[in-house]
Amino acid sequence: MVYLTRKIEFSASHLYHNPAFSAEENRRVFGKCNNPHGHGHNYVLEVTVAGEPDPATGMVLDLKELKEILQREVTDRMDHRFLNYEVPELAGQIPTCENIATVIWRLLEPKITRGHLSRVRLYETPDLFVDCYGAGNGAAGSAGAAR
Amino acid sequence: MKLLLWRRYRFSASHRLHSAQLSEEVNQRVYGKCNNPYGHGHNYFVEVAVSGPVDPSTGMIANLVDLDAFVEREVIEPFDHKYLNEEVAEFRENVPTTEIVCMEIFNRLRHFPKARLERVRVEETERNSFEYAGESEGVNHD
Repeated sequence: MVYLTRKIEFSASHLYHNPAFSAEENRRVFGKCNNPHGHGHNYVLEVTVAGEPDPATGMVLDLKELKEILQREVTDRMDHRFLNYEVPELAGQIPTCENIATVIWRLLEPKITRGHLSRVRLYETPDLFVDCYGAGNGAAGSAGAAR
Repeated sequence: MKLLLWRRYRFSASHRLHSAQLSEEVNQRVYGKCNNPYGHGHNYFVEVAVSGPVDPSTGMIANLVDLDAFVEREVIEPFDHKYLNEEVAEFRENVPTTEIVCMEIFNRLRHFPKARLERVRVEETERNSFEYAGESEGVNHD
């Protein structure tokens, strides 16, 4: 098995607000992220695909194909967007790194038809990022399998 | 689906690699420059991964305010701008190589009450890093 990773960036704004919470509770739980005007990040996305290289091409999948999938599924949807209002897949959710990574996983997973999606790593900042692994591919090690 | 929430922290500290179980000569040979009796320092980076269910009302595995406060109290405050060999009790007996520092940080963080600790990764320099996921759980670098 070989693991291939491609990195892209997108910039987007968001805010954290739960309408079920009081204004005070929103401020307490979400802090600065509750600013009603929103704020933004330069997100960095690393997408890892696992598979066996095709003997004829030496490739797990054609990077050109992966690049197009990422452009269509992620960049076109999220780049320079206000995630709360402009990305339907996030409607009704708090657009945390956890939730955005999960949405990206669900968008990409069915589109990767050569090899399989192994990991999505989404950086909100260099100091905060989330890894998303599929169920049962063992990618998170035995710690993942045990849960 | 499984999620890991990673957070990156930093501290600066000095240490000396010297084992009481080895002779001066062997210490010198094994640890080289790191055996300098006056010690030396690094800017360490620590990456901490936790897992758990995402709370639908917050979208979070753990609130970073809680994680940051816990890591600050358990690791950053006791380690930052310290001489690890003398000022952190666990390193009086155990040579504070970054392997040992990484395992000690994991042990200090394993009781984080809001999520499950999965991994700790420590960079001693840009070129050297160490990762630990606890005893019963092998690290898979997938």
